[in-house]
Amino acid sequence: MTNVALDTAPARQPTFLLISNPSVLIFLACLAIFTLGVTVLAEGFGIGVISTSFVKTLGKTLCLCLVALAMDLVWGYCGILSLGHMAFFGIGGYAIGMWLMYARTEIIVVQSLSAAPLPPTTQEISDGIAAQIFGVVGASEFPPIWAVAHSLPLQLAAVVLVPGLLALVFGWLAFRSRVTGVYLSILTQAMTLALSLYLFQNDSGLRGNNGLSGLQNLPGLGDVPQSTVSIWFFWASALALGLGYLLCVWVVSGKFGSVIRAIRDDESRVRFLGYPVEAYKLFIFTITAVIAGIAGALYYPQAGIINPAEIAPIASIYLAVWVAIGGRGRLYGAVIGAAFVSLLSTYFTGGQAPDINLGFYTIQWVNWWTVLLGLSFVVVTLFAPKGLGGLFDFIASKRSPSRHGADLGPDAGALREKEAET
Amino acid sequence: MSTLLEVSGVSVSFDGFKAINNLTFQIGEAEMRAVIGPNGAGKTTFMDIVTGKTRPDEGRVLWGEKSQSLLSMSESQIAQAGVGRKFQRPTVFEDQTVAENLMLALKKKRSPFAVLNFRASRADRERVEELAGEIGLVAALGRKAGELSHGQKQWLEIGMLLAQGPRLLLVDEPAAGMTPAERELTTEILVEAAKTRAVVVVEHDMEFVRRLDCKVTVLHEGSVLAEGSIDHVTSNEAVIEVYLGR
Repeated sequence: MTNVALDTAPARQPTFLLISNPSVLIFLACLAIFTLGVTVLAEGFGIGVISTSFVKTLGKTLCLCLVALAMDLVWGYCGILSLGHMAFFGIGGYAIGMWLMYARTEIIVVQSLSAAPLPPTTQEISDGIAAQIFGVVGASEFPPIWAVAHSLPLQLAAVVLVPGLLALVFGWLAFRSRVTGVYLSILTQAMTLALSLYLFQNDSGLRGNNGLSGLQNLPGLGDVPQSTVSIWFFWASALALGLGYLLCVWVVSGKFGSVIRAIRDDESRVRFLGYPVEAYKLFIFTITAVIAGIAGALYYPQAGIINPAEIAPIASIYLAVWVAIGGRGRLYGAVIGAAFVSLLSTYFTGGQAPDINLGFYTIQWVNWWTVLLGLSFVVVTLFAPKGLGGLFDFIASKRSPSRHGADLGPDAGALREKEAET
Repeated sequence: MSTLLEVSGVSVSFDGFKAINNLTFQIGEAEMRAVIGPNGAGKTTFMDIVTGKTRPDEGRVLWGEKSQSLLSMSESQIAQAGVGRKFQRPTVFEDQTVAENLMLALKKKRSPFAVLNFRASRADRERVEELAGEIGLVAALGRKAGELSHGQKQWLEIGMLLAQGPRLLLVDEPAAGMTPAERELTTEILVEAAKTRAVVVVEHDMEFVRRLDCKVTVLHEGSVLAEGSIDHVTSNEAVIEVYLGR
């Protein structure tokens, strides 16, 4: 073995998270500039060039970027194609929505009862709230799951705990029976579908297909205009995305990231190295479910309404498509994919895009957008497996040779790429 | 010499086919052993049983001074107890650098939380470089494992096994697809490793086994046919019959 010591540069170990990952600083800087720019241009505190509804759209997009980060962590890095993360996202939304709806209805009920000659009892207030909220599904009593809906701290805890516990239990059952690959995807999809169908029922306790509404109104802050509230939520979403990004970077850099990428590439080999693979998968599955829950809790107050259709499996499939288009296995790719595709989707399905009249047929984007999205997914998968994030490699001329699916290494005796370059 | 691994009366069948039939096998603390046998003799299944991938129908697999049973342990627990395995096909993590591959294998705590807080110390990095030196890959530390040649991947995998610091090394056909020079280095690495730990080499190639110069176990139809020095087993009538045809 002759060692041609051309580049004796052993991989330098990262000393500090931000220094070793320059892309993180760039990302955070972009996010900060974007946040500042929107704040200045919006109505709430700025010059009012951007409408409040568009600020909400941007804020929602940031939440979708956050859940896409979670998806990238679980799928792009750990190889678990979960089709259930939008369910965790929805659960987070329901958890915060319950408090928002309860607290706001409480104010209205107390106000209307205050006109009565006798001061209302607690029971009367509670009954009034229940009648207001559950009238649409023909009930007038609080279902047990609303037990802590009056308490903001407890519902905030639920935002984290319910998706986390569900993921923990579900993941534990699935991973310990070594369900992997497409079977795991089907299993997660089944979980999502079951949850969605359950929520569609009127007696689920969450208002069936009506869902929860009026979430954009913050209880007790009725005087604050939506233009201000929308900026608050925009800031909160940007902060959550920034912190979520740092958390994900911390998880994937260093040895833990190395282990989960190894699990993605060859699970049984990692097991023979002595790593408890199931524990790692469970950790990633649970932590990403929690991130998804938090993203959902920030998203739905900006959307104003949540209903079971939002939890349907198709939402989770879209999530996977965003990450694939953005480029899985790199965190900024997931963010770019989610932002790009969801904003385009808003544009095309919002009726803003002009129809194209071909004479014999008029292309209406509302209908054709899904087809376009499907096509672009196929194109990206076939021709640009690195996704939009791969463009950065292209700019940095960091190209890897196309090998048509074969191993990365050169054939024995072939001229090495590295040597050929120098 | 005390016994490190004791396999006794182990049988396993797949759909009625007896892959391992009442197999008994022992190896000491610092010993090299070659396991040979024709295709279908049960060599790989034997490794699967020791590493916990396959559960035998009957028999015992005892490990270490405390004679702990390996049968109730998971693959990762067995690996942590000190059993390292090298597969026939080189399985390294192609998307990661040689240094990352070695760091992954380095004997450290394996639980998620311990790994999350893990920061490589200077000693760890030196150990990785030292290992890379042993397997001749110092110059390739920063390269992705996928870019390595077939032989280099084999060595990287052996290096990862050494990094694990196992007390028992199971090596499946280490010399497959190697040039004569590469075989020589492989032999050296294995002989060196066997000075401090038990090494079991499964191999087809008689010439390679001869060079290892160790006790040989011949498997046939799932059980031990002969055991002894290479000259002893190659002169055994039953072995000649199995290997050279009747």
